Formats: sequence, structure tokens, C-alpha cells
Amino acid sequence: MKDIIFTIETNKKIAKNTYEMVLLGDCADIKCGQFVNLKIEGFYLRRPISVCNVEGDRLTLIYKVVGQGTEVMAKMEKGEEILTLTGLGNGYDISKSGDKPLLVGGGAGVPPMYQLCRELVKMGKAPSVILGFNSKDEVFYENEFKALGANVIVATADGSYGVKGFVTDAFQMVDYTYFYTCGPEPMLKAVYNKSVTSGQFSFEERMGCGFGACMGCSCKTKYGNKRICKDGPVLEKEEIIW
Amino acid sequence: MVSLKTNLCGIELDNPLIPASGTFGFGYEFAEIYDINMLGSFSFKGTTKDAGFGNPTPRIAECKNGLINSVGLQNPGVHKVLENELPKLKACFHKPVMANVSGFSVEDYVYTVKMLDSEPQIGWFEVNVSCPNVHGGGMSFGTSPEAAAEVTRAVKAVTNKPVIVKLSPNVTDIVAIAKACEEAGADGISLINTLLGMRIDLKSKKPVIANKMGGFSGPAIKPVAVRMVYQVYEAVKIPIVGGGGVESAEDVIEMMLAGASAVQVGAANLVDPMACPKIIEDLPRVMEKYGIKDLKDIIGGAH
Ligand SMILES: Cc1cc2nc3c(=O)[nH]c(=O)nc-3n(C[C@H](O)[C@H](O)[C@H](O)COP(=O)(O)OP(=O)(O)OC[C@H]3O[C@@H](n4cnc5c(N)ncnc54)[C@H](O)[C@@H]3O)c2cc1C
Ligand SMILES: Cc1cc2nc3c(=O)[nH]c(=O)nc-3n(C[C@H](O)[C@H](O)[C@H](O)COP(=O)(O)O)c2cc1C
Ligand code: FES
Repeated sequence: MKDIIFTIETNKKIAKNTYEMVLLGDCADIKCGQFVNLKIEGFYLRRPISVCNVEGDRLTLIYKVVGQGTEVMAKMEKGEEILTLTGLGNGYDISKSGDKPLLVGGGAGVPPMYQLCRELVKMGKAPSVILGFNSKDEVFYENEFKALGANVIVATADGSYGVKGFVTDAFQMVDYTYFYTCGPEPMLKAVYNKSVTSGQFSFEERMGCGFGACMGCSCKTKYGNKRICKDGPVLEKEEIIW
Repeated sequence: MVSLKTNLCGIELDNPLIPASGTFGFGYEFAEIYDINMLGSFSFKGTTKDAGFGNPTPRIAECKNGLINSVGLQNPGVHKVLENELPKLKACFHKPVMANVSGFSVEDYVYTVKMLDSEPQIGWFEVNVSCPNVHGGGMSFGTSPEAAAEVTRAVKAVTNKPVIVKLSPNVTDIVAIAKACEEAGADGISLINTLLGMRIDLKSKKPVIANKMGGFSGPAIKPVAVRMVYQVYEAVKIPIVGGGGVESAEDVIEMMLAGASAVQVGAANLVDPMACPKIIEDLPRVMEKYGIKDLKDIIGGAH
């Protein structure tokens, strides 16, 4: 864990209520599937956001405007600084992926799938990616995933783009050895029930600290109590209690 | 040269800073980013007889200048604390530590203190009679002078280490409770714990916290804390550990002027893990600014 001042390089809207922020700073500590915790001026607690991508000293985050903090973030401009705790959480275990991993991202859960996909491709794996959104105007990063060489399927709940339905409705279109998923809890539950292999789930919880000190984010697992921020956010299918 | 040294119940502290229970785990998360031996001491996570998960989530709610937590007393239970947490703590912290204990009955407190008493690294017991989070738990002890005194007496009977009773601010007469604890043999008083608070989410139109209410802390509560430390200092002779909303060297000095011999920092550690080292580094400068040579000299200076 490090607390680092990042400088905004770009901050732009990429879909409905959805922004991509590229930050410049020391990314040495950051692992795939981890998150960072941003100190936004005017707010007492920090805002946890998943790592979408890291290349050199460039950290990419994608966030949805859902409340006051993210609203302020959306108005921030190039050159502004953000104090950021990095290296938080366990991240994905990519060694378990098998040859044909499936990546399932829903809405604000899509971003962490990007770096994961990049790393799996680099390892010579052939990932399939299912991205779920409510409707066409919310879709983002389809082309970015395709550019990595992944097999990409987009599903929209209202059918305005790609497959009509939920991410799980696209499961029969792919053949997979293992899966990774991040998204709203009802989606995670559906993936849990529909999936036929083992896999890893990325969870969210309201956080006090984000680095394991306050016990604010605990959850029960088959292997005992875990803190989403420190022992998670990634949990394995086998340990989840639903 | 200024002196940051202070004394708490006969134990010398290099400086008055003590990270507050529940915001510092068992120390080792923070030891990853700085040498925690620079602290005066720290108070470890509230420990109970049996393991507990605490309250359901969500159990954190943001507020203006603070947060509400309803973590409850999540801890692995005193046996696992002895077996797993204290060895890890010892590896990174070499000073006397404050053992924060809680319970759901007088017997629980006694059991936990007895179990921990033989640990040489424990310098003080901080008996939390104030946690507002657990139904039928800590609350009842901290809100009546008789119950607080009963716990104090029972714990004093099973340890020779100093017993500091940590009080709840959610009472009408804090002085009466502090006095009752002093009469029952307490070696010190720690205050304040969190204020009972609540937030409601406008989108769902329901409380943010699963348990509806929780403990409010952070800079917003500092004036309440300063007032209570001041009042209790007038009424008791035993030392006071002051806390509530402290996040700067100025806050530390204010707390000591009110009457605190040592100062706890809670929520500030959560939003800035380097909060305590920054305060310690800043103290000499701020002391000089206000013409303070020795921190010990200003304890209760506002009276
Ligand atoms: C590990 C992790 C990774 C995340 N990654 C992303 C991401 O990549 N992209 C993205 O858009 N969102 C992500 N989120 C959700 C994001 O943290 C929230 O949307 C954001 O904190 C909302 O802040 P706000 O001030 O706009 O909302 P408000 O509702 O005004 O916030 C009030 C408080 O509640 C907290 N909060 C609100 N919603 C959530 C939530 N869903 N999860 C946790 N805390 C919440 C806030 O942090 C703040 O403390 C992630 C959450 C976690 C825990
Ligand atoms: C997340 C959290 C957990 C806490 N857990 C405990 C606890 O286990 N025992 C206890 O005596 N106080 C506990 N407290 C109270 C703090 O130790 C401290 O007394 C209080 O938060 C006021 O200080 P602050 O305003 O600096 O946070 C907790 C506070 C927070 C924020
Ligand atoms: S948010 Fe503090 S322990 Fe996870």
C-alpha cells in the first residue's frame, strides 16, 4: 500500500454517466484486480475504484456517476491532483485461468476485466468476454476488449444492443475453462448459479479505510470472516456463502 | 528542544499519541507503511471472550467531517487474539500496548481481562463500557454509574495492570459516571467513544446502515469530546485519555489543555493512514508556535 499523488491526464465521458480517468503517477505497486482509494476534496471518506488498466506510470479508472463524490470527480480536469491509496486488495489469481478463461463484467464491474484480459492474452490464453449493460447508451470498451484479441459478446437488458438479456443469457455462446466476474450483486449471484466451472468474484462493500484496519467491510465466507478490502475484493466461488 | 513525553498511569510515553481502538487493528496493517514504534502506544481492536462477526453490512456511512460505523465488536475472540494477533503485533511493536476489552456481561469482561493479563506487552487495560453497537451489550454498562462501577470493580479484582475505563458520551451526566468509575478503583478514564448517529439514503429512503444507527466519530465530534474531557478533569484525580475527532497537532494540544494526559486518534487513521506520524512530526513546530516547551506542563491548562 502506498499513498501517492496522481495527476489527471484525461477525464472524459465514454458512455451514459460513465467516465474514464487516466492518472499519472507511481503505479509500481498496482496489481490486476486490485483497487485504489481516492481522496476527493470535500468528502470525508475516500472513494474506492477498481484498477482498469496500468501501463507504465499511467493508471486508468472507469467510474459511473452515482452520487456526490463521483459527480465531483466527473468535473475534475487535466492537471488536477488526487491523493490515492494504491495496492489495495488481493487481486485476481491469473494462474488458475486454464486456456479459455471467461471474463464477465456488468456495468461498473466491466473496468477490472480490462487489465485482466490484457494479462491473460499476454500469457497466451484465449479469453472470452461477456459485457452486460442496461442499454446501448451505457456500453463502453467493446472495441478496446476486441483490440486485445478477445472474443467479445455484449448483452443489454433491454435488447437495444447485442444479445438481449443478462450476461448469463450469453453463457451458452462460449466454451470456458474458468471464469472471472465483477458487477452488481444480483449479476454475481446469477453467474454463480449458471457457471459450470470454478471462478473468481469481485465484490463491493461500503468501506471505512480500504486497507484492513476498521472491519467495516467484512463478509462471512466458508473459510471464515474476510474483509472485502484486504482479503478480497476477489473471492473464489468455493468460499462464497449465498 | 521541546518535550513530547507524557505519563499514563505510571507508564512513560514518548509522546501522547495513541491510535484508538477499532481504527488500528492489531497494528500490523500500519506497520507495513511506517514504523509504529514512533507512537506513544496504541489501543488494539476491542476484544471479547468469544469470536464475533459484529453487525450486518453495510456498516459504514459517510457524514460531513466524520463517519458512522456499526462494525460492532468484530474480533476473533480472546483465545485467537492471544494465539494469532498478539504474536504478529509483537513482531512490529515493542512498547506497552493498550488492550481494549469489551463484553456482554461482567463475567465476560473478567474472563477476557484474566486471559490477557499474563501478556507482558499489555501496559493498560482499556475497558470499553461504551460501545453503542451491540444490542444489550456495552451500552447498558456505560450509561449507568452503578453498572460502570460494577465492571470496573470486577476487572480491577483480576489484574494488577492499570485499568482505564472508556466511557460513552451518550449519557446525560458524564461526570457522575466518571466519578463512579474512579471510586470503584479505575486508574484512568478514556473518553469519548462514538456518539450515536444515523444517516438516511435519499434514493432508497432507508437508513444507510443495516443496523439503522451507529457510532458517529471524526472531526465533527471534537467539540463534544473537548467539553467532556474538560468536565471530567474537574471531577476526578485519575489521568484522562482524551479522544474524539483529533486529526492534527493543534487538536492534540487542545485535548491536553482540556485535561488529557494522552490523546487518542481514531477515524483520522482510516482516511489517512499516515495521520499519526504526521501529527507527531508536526507537534514540535506547533508547540513552539504556542510557546509550549513541555507537553506535560499543559495538561489541564485550560482550567
Ligand atoms: C472494491 C471496489 C471497487 C469499485 N470499483 C468501481 C469502479 O471501477 N467503477 C465504479 O464506477 N464504481 C466502483 N465502485 C463503486 C464506487 O466506489 C462507488 O460508486 C462510489 O464510491 C460512489 O461514490 P459517490 O460519492 O458518488 O456516491 P455516494 O452514494 O454519495 O457515496 C456515499 C458513500 O457511500 C459509498 N458508496 C456508495 N456506493 C458504493 C458502492 N457501490 N460500493 C462501495 N461504496 C459505495 C461512497 O464511497 C461514500 O463513502 C467500487 C467499489 C468498491 C468497494
Ligand atoms: C470503525 C471504528 C471501530 C471502532 N471500534 C471500537 C472498539 O472496538 N472499541 C472501542 O472502545 N472503541 C471503538 N471505536 C471508537 C474509537 O476508538 C474512538 O473512541 C472514537 O471513534 C472517537 O474518536 P475519533 O473521532 O478520533 O474516531 C471505533 C471507532 C471506529 C471509527
Ligand atoms: S474498509 Fe476498513 S477493513 Fe475494509
